[in-house]
Amino acid sequence: MKGLYAIYRKEMGHYFVSPVAYIIVGVFLLLCAFFFTRLLTVVIEQSLEASMSGGGMPLDVPSIVVRYFFGTVSTLLLFLTPMLTMGVYSEERKRGTMELLMTSPLTDTQIVLGKFLASLTLLIIMLVPTFFYNAYVFLHSEPAAPWRILFTAYLGIFLLGAALLALGSFFSSLTESQIIASIVTFGGILLLWVVDYGTPGTGGVAAVLQYVSIFRHFDDFTRGVIDTTGLIFYASFIFLGLFLTVRSLDSMRWRRA
Amino acid sequence: MIEVQDLTKSFGDKTAVDHVSFTVNKGEILGFLGPNGAGKTTTMRILTGFLPATSGTARIAGFDVFNDSMEVRKRIGYLPEAPPLYTDMEVETYLDFVARIKNVPAERRKMLIENALVKTNIEDKRHDLIKRLSRGYKQRVGIAQALVHDPDVIILDEPTVGLDPKQIIEVRHLIKGLAGSHTIILSTHILPEVSMTCDRVVIINAGKVVAVDTPANLTMQLKGGQRVHLEAQAEEGVLRSALQEIPAIRRVDLEPAGGNGRVAATIESAQGEDVRSQVAAKIVGRGWPLFELRGVNLSLEDVFLQLTTEDSEHAAKPAN
Repeated sequence: MKGLYAIYRKEMGHYFVSPVAYIIVGVFLLLCAFFFTRLLTVVIEQSLEASMSGGGMPLDVPSIVVRYFFGTVSTLLLFLTPMLTMGVYSEERKRGTMELLMTSPLTDTQIVLGKFLASLTLLIIMLVPTFFYNAYVFLHSEPAAPWRILFTAYLGIFLLGAALLALGSFFSSLTESQIIASIVTFGGILLLWVVDYGTPGTGGVAAVLQYVSIFRHFDDFTRGVIDTTGLIFYASFIFLGLFLTVRSLDSMRWRRA
Repeated sequence: MIEVQDLTKSFGDKTAVDHVSFTVNKGEILGFLGPNGAGKTTTMRILTGFLPATSGTARIAGFDVFNDSMEVRKRIGYLPEAPPLYTDMEVETYLDFVARIKNVPAERRKMLIENALVKTNIEDKRHDLIKRLSRGYKQRVGIAQALVHDPDVIILDEPTVGLDPKQIIEVRHLIKGLAGSHTIILSTHILPEVSMTCDRVVIINAGKVVAVDTPANLTMQLKGGQRVHLEAQAEEGVLRSALQEIPAIRRVDLEPAGGNGRVAATIESAQGEDVRSQVAAKIVGRGWPLFELRGVNLSLEDVFLQLTTEDSEHAAKPAN
């Protein structure tokens, strides 16, 4: 546990001593803020038009904003998580510090979990500021919108981000090159996104491909639904990613280093 | 403290370490000497638990490096060939991190970090970013890292490589000062380093141990014969045949030295035989003027070269 904490501490220090974390978080928040204001303006305008033309139900502005906003955030994560994870192991391998970690009284699991928890913390740091302006919309909407939607959306984006980080760490552990790690991670995520494109609606293969598609499970969360399928999917995805990373570290000992 | 028995490591069909056995006593400095690619780093990596051995055993403080890896790792400090530094950390932060991952309890951490800083003489650099340090200071931080948790065993892979002569001397002093309270293995391909710092030497070549002894004994005994240098005034042919009458002499090399018919001879004799008095008696008996007669000690360099080249010739034979 102490070893895990030491790794976690070091990783957090590393994120914030270099400009990398500041830039990634900054860019992320800037884009989020831009999309959010544009989105809110557009949806409110449409809502006004709808109510003025007097036709039908008024638009459920908070729910629509949440759905589109988190759709955008998920796309941003697709681009940014590979940059967060690319150096996690590849840099240690390149600098030779992996040898220090692997000859210290640390288990591979402690190393992997310590690093993963640090990247999760950074993900939370990225997401927290966005909560405030989303909450503002919910606070001021008439009639009051169900907060549940907002919370499930955050749960969803957190799980999605965690899954992407687990995948990225794994790819980072396979190479000494940060560039290769980030490109392969990016490609991997993209593939998992589009893997169900063009599949026929039903049938065994289609069902599998749709299940594997990493962003599909995310949609439910933005509608206020906690689907156990999605929970299990992300949990097993994260577990698999971390498990493979541990195996990958172990295999370094057996390869010619 | 360290017992290595029949350690073998193969990468595919290449054997990097071949049935290596040696022991290191508590408080001793053992030099691991061999040309590049001899298997020094691989052996050290096995000892530190970084690589598993293909066969054979290695025990440190009674713990098997593979089966009790965690116990071993608590007891060793290791400086790999390239110091494992987080260059964007400050020296003190870095040592604190290393102390933490080595399970140093919080109440001892500060004191041990201080000790490491003092011993490696980098106290005034404690708040410097590691990336701003010179090569020599980086190396010292690497050594500080290896001893910060006060380990029983310190393993240093080529600790002086890439340093300037002054830094090399400093590092050697530092290592010598660590002996006694720590057991140390250091590898090098620089010979004087071994004779200056080490109590005992393991010479390794092509994965095999070719000699284990003290540096003095290695130069004295290991390489069979002794050499005598002679300068006398005599005719070459006659001198040669006269010298070859002495049974212990194996080889005589002659060459003219200066004018006046002086000849310089290098005489090699069988192991443990001192032929100097017999040679002197012979020359004087013939009435030749004798100008010089002295024993030549083989340097560690000669021993090393002979041991390692003999071995490679040996290894090459079956292939022919």
